[in-house]
Amino acid sequence: MKDDFHIKIRSGADIVAARLRGRQLAADAGFSSIDQTIIATAISELARNIVEYARRGEIRLTLVADAKTKGIRVEAHDDGPGIANIDLAMQDGYSTGGGMGLGLPGIRRLMDEFTISSKAGEPTTVITTKWVR
Amino acid sequence: MRVPILKQGEYLIASIQSALTDEDLMQLRDDLADQAGRFRSRGIIVDVTALDVMDSFACRTLRSLASILRLRGAQMAIVGIQPEVAFSMVQLGLAFGEVRTALDLEEGLVLLRQEAAERQR
Repeated sequence: MKDDFHIKIRSGADIVAARLRGRQLAADAGFSSIDQTIIATAISELARNIVEYARRGEIRLTLVADAKTKGIRVEAHDDGPGIANIDLAMQDGYSTGGGMGLGLPGIRRLMDEFTISSKAGEPTTVITTKWVR
Repeated sequence: MRVPILKQGEYLIASIQSALTDEDLMQLRDDLADQAGRFRSRGIIVDVTALDVMDSFACRTLRSLASILRLRGAQMAIVGIQPEVAFSMVQLGLAFGEVRTALDLEEGLVLLRQEAAERQR
């Protein structure tokens, strides 16, 4: 079974393709139906950030495992302008894109692990993981 | 994929059949705003039972559609939000605000009829 997918994100159709692929992968890994939807929702939001702020980038999905359980890692990589102030971007209600400003804090709540690295003028990378309970 | 819209008396019923792209959602918003005026509809039901994910864009688009329809004198209800989708929406911090929601199509029609009766009093 292939357990590593890179999905180019440039349009609304790519957002749907990424989250459908993620749901399938999560189902294969043994996630509950609630967690499959949570993972698909997080992928949709991450891919949406790419389209809205950076125009192009990539979602990478990887099945992972530790000693106790299996999980899925969802990474978002973009070629965008970067985030000048990550602390501010991680506050609920903050948005630079005129959206609802729920993006990053909401994604962090959906997933078990969340890291972001970005600077103004450099690409942004978000790495999140969800573990099968 | 275009969402089919069924006209039933004073009501329009849009049943989402699969995952929708942003473009599909905007098309649905425009189609419903147009048809609600053309058919002089009083109530519009959007059935999201088959929608895979309710993300911030879908939520925002449906909220703005409800506001547009309200300004035109019609009420909209969203029905069929699945438990997994509701769970994800709450964790993500999404809400439908003033937009009415009901368990399923049947309950949605009851809700819209009740509201119409109250407005006439």
